Amino acid sequence: MSDNHDDDHDHELRVSKIRNGTVIDHVRGGQALNVLAILGIDGSQDEEVSVGINVPSDRLARKDIVKVEGRELSQEEVDVLSLIAPDATINIVRDYEVASKHRVERPEEVEGVLTCPNATCITTENEPVTSRFDVLEDGVRCSYCETIVRDEIADLIDSS
Amino acid sequence: MRHDHLITSKHLTREDVEAVLDRAAEIDADPDAVAGKHEGTILGLLFFEPSTRTKMSFETAMKRLGGDVVDMGSVESSSVKKGETLADTVRVIEGYADAIVVRHPSQGSAKMASEFVDVPLINAGDGAGHHPTQTLLDLYTIRENAGLDDLSIGIMGDLKYGRTVHSLAYALSNFDAHQHFVSPESLQLPREVVYDLHQEGASVREHESLEEVLDSLDVLYVTRIQRERFPDENEYQRIAGEYQIDLETLEGASDDLTVMHPLPRVDEIAPEIDDTDHAAYFEQAHNGVPVRMALLDRLLEGGVSR
Repeated sequence: MSDNHDDDHDHELRVSKIRNGTVIDHVRGGQALNVLAILGIDGSQDEEVSVGINVPSDRLARKDIVKVEGRELSQEEVDVLSLIAPDATINIVRDYEVASKHRVERPEEVEGVLTCPNATCITTENEPVTSRFDVLEDGVRCSYCETIVRDEIADLIDSS
Repeated sequence: MRHDHLITSKHLTREDVEAVLDRAAEIDADPDAVAGKHEGTILGLLFFEPSTRTKMSFETAMKRLGGDVVDMGSVESSSVKKGETLADTVRVIEGYADAIVVRHPSQGSAKMASEFVDVPLINAGDGAGHHPTQTLLDLYTIRENAGLDDLSIGIMGDLKYGRTVHSLAYALSNFDAHQHFVSPESLQLPREVVYDLHQEGASVREHESLEEVLDSLDVLYVTRIQRERFPDENEYQRIAGEYQIDLETLEGASDDLTVMHPLPRVDEIAPEIDDTDHAAYFEQAHNGVPVRMALLDRLLEGGVSR
């Protein structure tokens, strides 16, 4: 009989270990591609990325895992991830060993990450302004037009 | 960066509001006392949407204070037509004017514009967002007619897109006011605004029929239901007709009921009401000048606003 840690660990091995970089674990099932979008990873560069989608997890039932080789996420990037992956844990890996491990924290605001869904918001026009959202307990709110988004935050990720 | 802009009524405190209204009352009582006070001051008017009252009352207010205005004119005759951004326009006009007034069809436009300039910037309407100077003159009119505490006010019409409604609702949450919002379901207050009002602990109720609340009201604030919001003309006619008032509608109202409208009206208020004691909408429009004089006076002197 395996304990919870071992069970999760076993499934995590489905995606290969990395030498140096970041493992984003306990991402809610189905959100891995949105995590990549937030990190600006679209395969067009040379990043080496491994992704596990909907792997069994004791904590989340189904979870996604993203492993990014050769890149340690900044705190700002980690904070933004919290919007769509509030349960995620971030493991910084150095020479195959976990150098640090921590949970994501929700920031007070995020800038330049999401596109406002309000078509009449000034940030959707050809103005030299970066989108900015205040983070609420249960969603985000555009700092300019004040539109609140609760359920479909991932749809707002600016992938341009 | 200076922070004496007026972008939204949301962050105005009761003290902020009362200071402007008190100053407006002083100016109203003795306009000569401030005549020429801001001689040499230039106010830039940037109206990206049509406006009569707001624009002319700002112009009058500045001139009565001794200053002058520079006016962008219509969008069609300005460099906006060439594709200039709002951010560039305000940065250019900042070099000409001591303060800037902006009306723009996009929500959040005034807030964005204020981030690019170092002179006071006043929001004169940003799409369906806010219209804080209208709110100040509305509050002035309400205070003169009914007082601002222990107030029961009905706000009726297009509450969804009506920026004057949003601004008024936020400002009223500073006072002991019971706000009754009357509209068809499709034009109810945006959920964001309701969320904020509840956060502020404001007394808010929503209704579909004026009859439900009319007899309890001190003030009825009527707004226009805009024909262009409805793809179906018949649907517009059916809904708009239910939110028009005439003498018969007001039979169930208090004799002291004050009827307001941010104007322009089309057929929301029958002309037969104009000559009754209920009608305060022309007085309301006239109040735009002393209130905007008071506001400009404070902003130009570096007074606190949001």
